[in-house]
Amino acid sequence: MAPSARTSAVHELSITQSVVDAVTRRMGDARVRRVRLEVGRLSGLVPDAVQFCFEVVAAGTTCEGALVEIDEPCGHALCRTCGRAFETGDVLPLCECGSADIAVEGGRELRIREVELA
Amino acid sequence: MCGTCGCGEAGVRVTELGTAAPAHGHGHGHASGHASGHGHTPGDGHTPGDRHVPGAGRVVALEEDILGANDALAAENRRVLTERGVLAVNLMSSPGSGKTTLLVRTLVDVGAELRMSVVEGDQETLLDAERIGATGTRVVQVNTGAGCHLDATMLARAMAALAPPRGSVMVVENVGNLVCPALFDLGENAKVVLASVTEGDDKPLKYPHMFRAATLVVLNILFLAVAIYNTRARNEVLTKIIDRCLEMPAR
Repeated sequence: MAPSARTSAVHELSITQSVVDAVTRRMGDARVRRVRLEVGRLSGLVPDAVQFCFEVVAAGTTCEGALVEIDEPCGHALCRTCGRAFETGDVLPLCECGSADIAVEGGRELRIREVELA
Repeated sequence: MCGTCGCGEAGVRVTELGTAAPAHGHGHGHASGHASGHGHTPGDGHTPGDRHVPGAGRVVALEEDILGANDALAAENRRVLTERGVLAVNLMSSPGSGKTTLLVRTLVDVGAELRMSVVEGDQETLLDAERIGATGTRVVQVNTGAGCHLDATMLARAMAALAPPRGSVMVVENVGNLVCPALFDLGENAKVVLASVTEGDDKPLKYPHMFRAATLVVLNILFLAVAIYNTRARNEVLTKIIDRCLEMPAR
């Protein structure tokens, strides 16, 4: 079962707090209408939980009510056994050839891409 | 929120064992504790990444690491530790897999020789700090309240209270949790993760982020494998755990 945003919102809470802190620090008093984040599929963050936490931590700040858009880039896997390259959302991917000896690059992005001001 | 100065981390308390009050003072590195949310730099108008979308608001490209504030504080911790020649180990696992017991035994065996000191992380109580303190080791307890992990700010505060001596070893026992602590750099030299026989051999598969972050995995509570399995079953279980740890993609 997919984790529920409400029960899995643990490290997401402090990380989302960092997002709101960073946006208010960079944007000063400007009212924020939209925040676009990049949360890699292998980052260990649950995007739904970030959405849920954002509502809570943005309350009373310039980010209150802002729309949160989340890009979820995959990791790039390269099988060291058969040489196949593929995209993956798994931290422990398996190759079609059965090998688990796989190098994974990317997919762990945690970035604030942009904000739209009101 | 800390009652004295109102700094950011709701409910976090740092207590030096043997002192009645939380080791707060104002020597806990306020400069770093306030690095994230304060000192508003006003938006400086149009940065090169700005663009106007017709009918919408001004879009500003930030391209900022979300964990950047924590990572900057972790880098500062790392700088302080390196300068003092202190080796810092971040000890992590699920609750109940034997972190404190392993630590107490290590302190009894080599604690004096390596001049070890300890930072204990738990949501509540000074119980673990008392166990560590009973070995004669210097210890500071961090209680995270609702928090599920230690972060670099908390370690900075704990280090200010602990003041680990030059050329010593400092062990940070993180909050028992195989999920959240994996994401937060504290500025340590190594992340050591315990996997105990009682947790089952599938832990590395179920919590891959933590095992992937590990510099070293310690297999613990082996005596139970000896007590409950025959030799063949025991070897099977242990081989599975080890294989699964080794299958983690290289960082």
